[in-house]
Amino acid sequence: MNFIRKVFAIVAKDIAAELHTREMISAMLVFSVLAMFIFSFALDLRGAMARAAAPGVLWATIAFAGTLGLSRSLAREQQSGCIDGLMLAPVDRSAIYFGKAIGNLIFMGIVEIVLLPLFSALFNVSLLRLGVLLVMALGTVGYGAVGTLLAAIAVNTRAREVMLPVLLLPLAIPALIAAVQATGGLVEGGTLADVGGWTRLLVVYDLVIVAVSMLTFEYVVEE
Amino acid sequence: MRMYEHTNSRMYDWLGIVLAGLSAIAVLVALGMVFLYAPREATMGDVQRIFYFHVASAWVGFFAFFVTFVAGIGYLVQGKRRWDILALSSVEIGLTFITMAVVTGSLWAKPAWGAYWTWEPRLTISAVQLLIYVAYGMLRSAIESPEQKARFATVYGIVAFVTVPLSWFAIRWWRTIHPDIMTGGEGMAMTPRMVQTLLASIAAFTLLYATLLRQRVHLERAADALARLQLRAEDEKALKVSENL
Repeated sequence: MNFIRKVFAIVAKDIAAELHTREMISAMLVFSVLAMFIFSFALDLRGAMARAAAPGVLWATIAFAGTLGLSRSLAREQQSGCIDGLMLAPVDRSAIYFGKAIGNLIFMGIVEIVLLPLFSALFNVSLLRLGVLLVMALGTVGYGAVGTLLAAIAVNTRAREVMLPVLLLPLAIPALIAAVQATGGLVEGGTLADVGGWTRLLVVYDLVIVAVSMLTFEYVVEE
Repeated sequence: MRMYEHTNSRMYDWLGIVLAGLSAIAVLVALGMVFLYAPREATMGDVQRIFYFHVASAWVGFFAFFVTFVAGIGYLVQGKRRWDILALSSVEIGLTFITMAVVTGSLWAKPAWGAYWTWEPRLTISAVQLLIYVAYGMLRSAIESPEQKARFATVYGIVAFVTVPLSWFAIRWWRTIHPDIMTGGEGMAMTPRMVQTLLASIAAFTLLYATLLRQRVHLERAADALARLQLRAEDEKALKVSENL
């Protein structure tokens, strides 16, 4: 089996597990909708105010919902003992990392696809644009990539689920700033070229994070 | 018991004592220069003197986290406990200094810009680092096994350090896009005496860092040695009990 097929075997396993329980996606979705309502009440989001705040609210929602899904994804491996099976499997540690990361990205992506039209309707902004989708993809890749690595660390600590946001959010700051700014520029009517600096920063963040996570993951899961 | 002998065989840690003496002198000299030698800044007045401590502590904070990053790579390559001791000692000292940098920065911001916090990029990145390495400390304290603690903290230390330059760019651009008139005091003209005072402060704080680092590393080694002795004592006690049976 070559590397790609090993990675996708792990992704397929995660999708099968998720189809069975649906706990990750449903938890993230319900939480996201709740977060949108809370933000709306807290900031009194209407009209121009909603437009200005929408990119920030969107990414804050994704970031918080993401920590829920990510910690669930790795906790499930631990509780079911599946992680031991993965470790015994004759695959490279980085294949396990990519498998888990791609699985998490797919679940986060599904939640975002549902979230976007809902968000556009609730706040009366049009987010269903190619540029916004690209920025969403770039931001989610970086966030999910570092989140998968840190979730693998967090599940082994005493604090578990509480630990992941504390570890992840400060490291996600560059991705969140860039994603909010790029999304904001596009919502204001800019083109992808106008927010080119931010999207490039996102690409650099993604590349750096994926490389470092891939290299260090084997030390996290080492027994 | 090599570690134990190492900490016990010498009554005096001469290098440590010399370092402590040197940093005491350097800090006194720097203090004298800050208050007596450096000229009074024309627009900001005496308040500006906090700048020398602020820059020096920020430098030591950043340098300490860089040391942790390098020690982390050393640990991943060699797997030796000494690298982990260096990493964790440097984080603790770095946290102290970066906290000083953030606090002195806020104190300076109040008279200079009228608010304690202005999201000035350099101050913001210092605060972000503070948060990152507080998380590092929380991570360590949430893991039981010393070996796992070292491994996880090392990985976190490396990934965290890599994100810092990206955070810096992001925060800087973010502030440039939302121009902030309050940060107008950046282009401070420095006279030669000011530059000399700044360099003296940086040298003094760096020496102080080296002194503290050495003491912290020794403390951790002593703690390791103690843990091993306790383990041995328990073994011997268990042996005696089993002999008596």
